Amino acid sequence: MKEKLQSIKEQALSKIAEAQDINLLNDIKVSILGKKGELTQVLKSMKDVAPEDRPKVGQMVNETRANIEAKLEEKMKSINSAMRAEKMKRETIDVTLPGVKKIDGHRHPNQIALEDLERVFIGMGYEIVSGPEIEYDKYNFELLNIPANHPAKDEQDTFYITKDILLRTQTSPVQARIMEQGKLPIRILSPGRVFRSDEVDATHSPSFHQVEGLVVDKGITMADLKGTLDQFAKEFFGEKTKTKFRPHHFPFTEPSAEVDITCFKCGGKGCRVCKGSGWIEILGCGMVHPHVLEMCGIDPEEYSGFAFGIGLERITLLKYEIDDMRLLYENDTRFLNQF
Amino acid sequence: MNTPISWLKVYVPDLDVDVQDFVDAMTLSGSHVEGYEKKDKNLEKIVVGKIEKIEKHPDADKLIICQVNIGAGTIQIVTGAPNVKEGDLVPVVLDGGKVAGGHDGEPLPEDGIKIKKGKLRGIESDGMMCSIEELGSSRDLYPEAPEYGIYIFGEESGVKPGDDAIAALGLHDSVVEYEITSNRVDCFSMIGMAREAAATFDKEFHEPEIKVQGSGGDVNDYITVDVQAPDLCPRYTARVVTDLKIGPSPKWMRERLASQGIRSINNLVDITNYVMEEYGQPMHAYDLDTIAGKKIVVKRANDGDTFVTLDGQERKMDKDVLMICDGEKEIGIAGIMGGENSMVTDDIKTLLFEAACFDGTNIRLTTKRIGLATDAAAKFVKGLDPNLAEQAINRACQLIEELGCGKVVDGMVDVYPNPVKEVVLPFEPEKMNKLLGTDISSDVMLSIFKKLELRYDEKTNMLTIPTFRQDLKCMADLAEEVARFYGYANIPTTLPHGESTAGKKSYAERVNDIVRNIVEGDGFSGAMHYSFESPKVFDKLLIPQDSVYRKAIQIMNPLGEDFSIMRTLPLNGMLTSLSTNYNRRNKHARLYELANVYLPKALPLTELPDERMMLTLGMFGEGDFFDLKGVIEELTEKLGFAKEVSYEPTSEHPFLHPGRQANITKGKLSVGYLGQLHPEVVENYGMKKEVYVAVLDMQTVTMLTTFDRKYEGIAKFPSVTRDLALVVDKSVFVGEIEKVIKKCGGKMLESYKLFDVYEGAQVAPGKKSVAYSLVFRDKTKTLTDADVNPVVEKLLAELSKMGIEIRA
Repeated sequence: MKEKLQSIKEQALSKIAEAQDINLLNDIKVSILGKKGELTQVLKSMKDVAPEDRPKVGQMVNETRANIEAKLEEKMKSINSAMRAEKMKRETIDVTLPGVKKIDGHRHPNQIALEDLERVFIGMGYEIVSGPEIEYDKYNFELLNIPANHPAKDEQDTFYITKDILLRTQTSPVQARIMEQGKLPIRILSPGRVFRSDEVDATHSPSFHQVEGLVVDKGITMADLKGTLDQFAKEFFGEKTKTKFRPHHFPFTEPSAEVDITCFKCGGKGCRVCKGSGWIEILGCGMVHPHVLEMCGIDPEEYSGFAFGIGLERITLLKYEIDDMRLLYENDTRFLNQF
Repeated sequence: MNTPISWLKVYVPDLDVDVQDFVDAMTLSGSHVEGYEKKDKNLEKIVVGKIEKIEKHPDADKLIICQVNIGAGTIQIVTGAPNVKEGDLVPVVLDGGKVAGGHDGEPLPEDGIKIKKGKLRGIESDGMMCSIEELGSSRDLYPEAPEYGIYIFGEESGVKPGDDAIAALGLHDSVVEYEITSNRVDCFSMIGMAREAAATFDKEFHEPEIKVQGSGGDVNDYITVDVQAPDLCPRYTARVVTDLKIGPSPKWMRERLASQGIRSINNLVDITNYVMEEYGQPMHAYDLDTIAGKKIVVKRANDGDTFVTLDGQERKMDKDVLMICDGEKEIGIAGIMGGENSMVTDDIKTLLFEAACFDGTNIRLTTKRIGLATDAAAKFVKGLDPNLAEQAINRACQLIEELGCGKVVDGMVDVYPNPVKEVVLPFEPEKMNKLLGTDISSDVMLSIFKKLELRYDEKTNMLTIPTFRQDLKCMADLAEEVARFYGYANIPTTLPHGESTAGKKSYAERVNDIVRNIVEGDGFSGAMHYSFESPKVFDKLLIPQDSVYRKAIQIMNPLGEDFSIMRTLPLNGMLTSLSTNYNRRNKHARLYELANVYLPKALPLTELPDERMMLTLGMFGEGDFFDLKGVIEELTEKLGFAKEVSYEPTSEHPFLHPGRQANITKGKLSVGYLGQLHPEVVENYGMKKEVYVAVLDMQTVTMLTTFDRKYEGIAKFPSVTRDLALVVDKSVFVGEIEKVIKKCGGKMLESYKLFDVYEGAQVAPGKKSVAYSLVFRDKTKTLTDADVNPVVEKLLAELSKMGIEIRA
């Protein structure tokens, strides 16, 4: 009995070792372990074995079966894995072929610049607000310390709709509107379209965008204005950016300043973008004129504030080195796709 | 405003700085420098040479050989210049030196022209003698220079061989150009800029000492002045000069005027111009002998009057134009231009000087109305200090005496009914420090004010502001003076403290952002268009004459017809951009815009219009109506209001294909519309492709948008799917069928999907087959046929009433 089992096992193992495909292995499995298989036959002949030997023989049969099954399993795995490897080899693709893209749209560069800017100020606690593009003279000029017949009205070359209604020349009227509402403290950023009667050329457009900022609270100082814009410049243009505040004049702020930043392209060494000066003018700002506060119903003895205005297109053109403002309004997809 | 540094030094003699340092410091103290020009740019190794000997060139008729003494020796120069003779002193550029330009007066090359030793027709030449053009200047500044040829120093120059020729010509100078802000009227003058420079560099400022000797007589015997419109003429001063001697003005005056772009005429005209540049006060000179009745009357013109100005033009006057008249007639438009009838000629014997202060606003409005802008008017419009008139007229008379061009009659006529009072402000150092965020001592503040000629009275603690500083009216103004001389750079940088505020975007802007992300994901790029356009766009868009779209807001003073109305429709911009892309041969384009249209409540405007944000989508090339509709469906799904949005067939939009347009509605709300562009409109925009557009009203979209979502659980029980193939008339829109499906499906109908539309041989003519897949599900149990069949039967019965049958 023992010899027979031994012989079955040896034959089986040698057949398994020789087999090279899955079907053959299956045949081997059936011929040995199947219902009519050799080993099953041995088990069936157990009735001829003496009862006291049966446990021992049974154990021998099971061992032999386990042995063969393990070998079969092992061989099957190895053949399967070889077959898979073979298949994958055939399936090799040229991964350097281009990827399949869906048509993707692009944000307008002006919008990207605006969102970058908004993100910085939202982080500093500013609320983004908007105001009408067609505006009363009162908000665009009068409440901003630019009374009737003031020469600044000429400077800004206003488009008029009626005597009292005009296309706003600046986003500053939003300042007046917000202050007039009287909810203090104020920290707002107001981006939007403004209009001035400039003929269209590479650096001018009768319609462009400004971003206005306004902070009004008790104890706001010019140092706060400097600190705020300094932080903005660093976050927007890069950690190493430095600012330079130059005295200037705006009717609705006093003191007033224009702000230059170190050129973000060359870091201040001088290049084409900064026209060799190392500095780029980016915005106008100042402390809200006490008279403006007063006209908007805020007590200048108790409150103070600062305001700043950024020309968005200027930032966009500088940031992306776009040399002609007209490109922003042409909407050629070959232009837009670059952003 | 331009100032040569040399002219500023007349008033600030200790000003001795490099031009770059000057420019930087002036900018930081508030006089923004736009640029500067070094007059000695590219002028190197140029000395005075004396021509000792001239010989003919042996091989060239037009050349001569000069031996030139340059102090350190004698060099040989070959030249073709026709105007030199032995003994002449000339500027000579030596070997290795540079000149600014050629003798032809062409634009100067950036790096100048290098001069090297060389041979001219075989004869050695060691340098070059220079014309004034080669030195980068012109005969406008140096009228003594020859029209063609070498500059020759006159005897009065006192130069000797070897001297720096550039210094001798006064060319070691720079002209600085500033952007003066409108509040600093006083800085539109040399005196004003000199005062700023002195304060910036902490140097002594020497105002000219004005002294008129006088020659007896009494001005009142010569002239009387009657100001009948004191509101437009706060001050009028006049003086008289007799025994006039008209002649050329001295070189220094000519040069200074030339630096301001003013050509020298004669001593008299030059003096008025000089004083205007020096003090910023325009003056006028009249020939007293032409003034009828020896009387000046300042009054308003009459509507409809005409007047011939000294440029020979006849101009129409009105009652707001201020005129200068004599006893009989009008002789000048106040502050703008004199009349032809009182023009000063070289035969003038007795002169009447006028220095007045006219109301700036009125001058500005007058120049606009009559269309005449002059240098004088440009000064007046800024609103001059009335006290300047007196200084200027006396300064002019002083120069008359110093230049020996006449005798000044004693006395000045001065009509000045309401002298301006000096503004007095309290000195409030704490408040200023609080505004600036600084800790500047009172002493430092007071020293700054002192430099600016503000007077401080310790007893009253008050500051008196000189009248030339009309811009200083309150504490904040004074704080700015402190800040700019203390240095903006020295103000600390802090961040606002106090109550914190929430940084955020408005809900509408959040919706806009999501819309941008969605449509960009669908291939649309952000576009930007003007808010104004031409009224002609309505014809291009086939908008009927009586359409409300044509009721657009008009700009009173547009840049031109093309920019004259505020758009009521966002399509023109979009189609123009698509057309640009089409014409530039971009095969396809998808653009979107989020921007306003402007809808008036009434015309003309009496209140602000309705500014409505519109989302406009436009595309050509890849994709059709249903691709665009898919974008809108995605949009409404992600914004949470896709349910019950319907797409109603319509033909109401004249710019769209009548059979390919739909209104997008939700209940009674109109959200927008989409469609294929009308072929005629496509043609009007110069395209030859199918174009699709959609316009959504963002106010409605925002109102409908919701970000509220509630988890509904994932279905535990299986669904039952029924496919229905229906035969319907071709003219039936599937929307009709879907309404019935939704109505009959009830709660059990989870979803339905159109999966086939077929027209052809397999169905009867005039019919189409429409196939739907309906999915039924109950969240509480597994559905059986017994549950679903009655629903489907009811649905089929309903459809049957509409003549729609199941396909056999």
